[in-house]
Amino acid sequence: MNDAHGSPQTVVVFGGTSEIAHAVLARLAARRTRTVVLAGRHPTALDAVADELRAMGVTTVDTVPFEAAATEEHASLVDDVFARHRDVDLVLIAFGQLGDQAVLERDPAAAARLATVNYVAAVSVGLAVAARLRDQGHGNLVALSSVAAERPRRSNFVYGSTKAGMDAFFRGLGDALRGSGARVTVVRPGFVRTRMTAGLPAAPFATTPEAVADAVVRGLETGAETVWVPPVLRWVMAVLRHLPGPVFRRLGDR
Amino acid sequence: MARELLAGWGRTAPSAADVRRPAGVDEVVAELAAAPARGAIARGLARSYGDAAQNAGGDVISTLGLGGVSWADKAAGLVRAAGGASLDEVQRFLLPCGWALPVVPGTRHVTVGGAVAADVHGKNHGRDGSFARHVADLRLAMPTGVTTVTPVGDPDLFWATFGGMGLTGAVVEATLRAARVETAHVRVVARRAGELDAVMAAMAAKDGRHRYAVAWLDATAGGRSTGRGVITWGDPACLADLPRARRRASPSRSPLVVPPRRTVTVPAWAGAAGCALPGAGVVALNRLRYGRAPATDTIGVEPLDRFLFPLDAVAGWNRLYGRAGFVQHQFVVPYRSAEVIRMALERFRAAGCPPALAVLKRLGTADPGPLSFPMPGWTLAVDFPAARPGLAAVLDDLDELVAGAGGRVYLAKDARLRPELLPVMYPNLDRWRAVKRRVDPDGILTSDLARRLRLAGSPGNGGGASAGAAVAAAPAAGAG
Repeated sequence: MNDAHGSPQTVVVFGGTSEIAHAVLARLAARRTRTVVLAGRHPTALDAVADELRAMGVTTVDTVPFEAAATEEHASLVDDVFARHRDVDLVLIAFGQLGDQAVLERDPAAAARLATVNYVAAVSVGLAVAARLRDQGHGNLVALSSVAAERPRRSNFVYGSTKAGMDAFFRGLGDALRGSGARVTVVRPGFVRTRMTAGLPAAPFATTPEAVADAVVRGLETGAETVWVPPVLRWVMAVLRHLPGPVFRRLGDR
Repeated sequence: MARELLAGWGRTAPSAADVRRPAGVDEVVAELAAAPARGAIARGLARSYGDAAQNAGGDVISTLGLGGVSWADKAAGLVRAAGGASLDEVQRFLLPCGWALPVVPGTRHVTVGGAVAADVHGKNHGRDGSFARHVADLRLAMPTGVTTVTPVGDPDLFWATFGGMGLTGAVVEATLRAARVETAHVRVVARRAGELDAVMAAMAAKDGRHRYAVAWLDATAGGRSTGRGVITWGDPACLADLPRARRRASPSRSPLVVPPRRTVTVPAWAGAAGCALPGAGVVALNRLRYGRAPATDTIGVEPLDRFLFPLDAVAGWNRLYGRAGFVQHQFVVPYRSAEVIRMALERFRAAGCPPALAVLKRLGTADPGPLSFPMPGWTLAVDFPAARPGLAAVLDDLDELVAGAGGRVYLAKDARLRPELLPVMYPNLDRWRAVKRRVDPDGILTSDLARRLRLAGSPGNGGGASAGAAVAAAPAAGAG
């Protein structure tokens, strides 16, 4: 069960090798989290994360093979996880790919695969999770979106469009779950320095997985519907969203 | 029947459950027998602060359809009250006849069933013990029927029910022993003291001299004023204490009639607002309250309900803390560890979360309930906005200190205890679990609190499975 500070006891992560998820779990393990389910593509990488979690005091770590593109398997996978670990207090949606914009523009099939992972899979996992949270009458769902969801940029609009889709989906899902005891938080970090962004030039207001994790834990405490990291991005993006196209493009080119 | 989002008085961690509203005891049994896989729990007026009367995804059985108060033996002051009757209802029944409830908590708006389940205490614990001490028998509803439980017939179940948070059966009726009163008033002595040691010394010096004793502390004050506060002692007023005009027993102005009380109501929108009580306002109110209190013992007479139920002056006061709700935290430490009270106040201030309200009391001899909160020592109750940054860590650290000192937190107020500390704070937990297994082997009675704290021993549905000494000998028994 979640406590008065939104600290969960049992956490399920989709995208179990995500660095942001790892930082979130480290903070939650220091509080109340004793059971973690890691769902992801690479079993050996999950095992490494599992070992670290055990060292942090998590008593039960379960690793589950999860293929984002295999959407037809998601519902049974989610049902199975919820059946084996009753009372899932927090589900973290942390899978996603950035892709190389130049490659994606040349390869429509690759772009479609990215859209499947980042958006379509988020929809199928999200709906399956929502049904189980509704049944158990409580629980939080945290979805890692991106500031890129706010306004498409020339330099990464394929990725941005997938995040815009999943962002809109989870906000709507949060509204749909009102009164069910379940709650949805959409997290919109700016540029986060991780493996996923290694080698890319950092954007303004770049942040770290640790800062994102702090903001997520704080969001659970306050019951926030959206969490911006760093917080100032809420206002920066509010301005950018309304800039005239020519001005926005010039900013984006730099 | 519909899913409803339910929270405790602190309005943190709400969850959804199917709410049942039985109109009689038989229907309570039927609801329990038909409970779904996620079980059921009784819910009265929902004044427990945390998640004790919530049962996410299962059934919540409202006891408010079970009302009624009657005499079991008027000459002896034995009164029979339904589990869903409020203490207000019971008190209004008793007072005109010259009787009163001997133990009440800080609000009248709790049900008899809730008072039993939490084993509530008042400002007179040293003298009169907890609620349990004044209960002659209980009627408990279980899926299999209703049983009358007495301290002689089934002492284990009787005592496990006090403080048992509703997990040993739904309390559908109780027979209570009332106390004689001459008037519905209290003779009050009050004075302030400039820092914590002076407050404690003054309270200790008058220990046992008055029926009631309580100190309100200004937890926003620091340095040499840390723990300054106003101490109030009280005794039931006799006729001679009242002004001459009130002594006559005319129907309108009987000394046993509770004068009407002015209350204010916090509007519903305040509970949806993001902003809690502003910190500066809290400091100013505390300062004002301290400043206005008399410096030396000052005697007065107050209506009983104003003295006993200060919280009831503002209806819906829990909304003052806004959308995120609040955490009320109450712990007790043995008298030998009195310094923990000062450390708590200092830590709250150092962490930037001084409580908006702090109340200090002395508790006396414990009653036998294995999960009953009161034990001899100092108890501090404090309120915080739930979303105050750093609060979670401060309270976690304090819990370690309290557990190490042999103290405990009050489960009726808890919304956040680390479950690993529960067996440390309640060393008789295994005894309670043995009773729970005996009377509810399928774990039908469960709640969010039971799940969160693994009260019944298993991380699953809060019932059935096992933990503790019995299991240590036979580990295979832990079928979760």
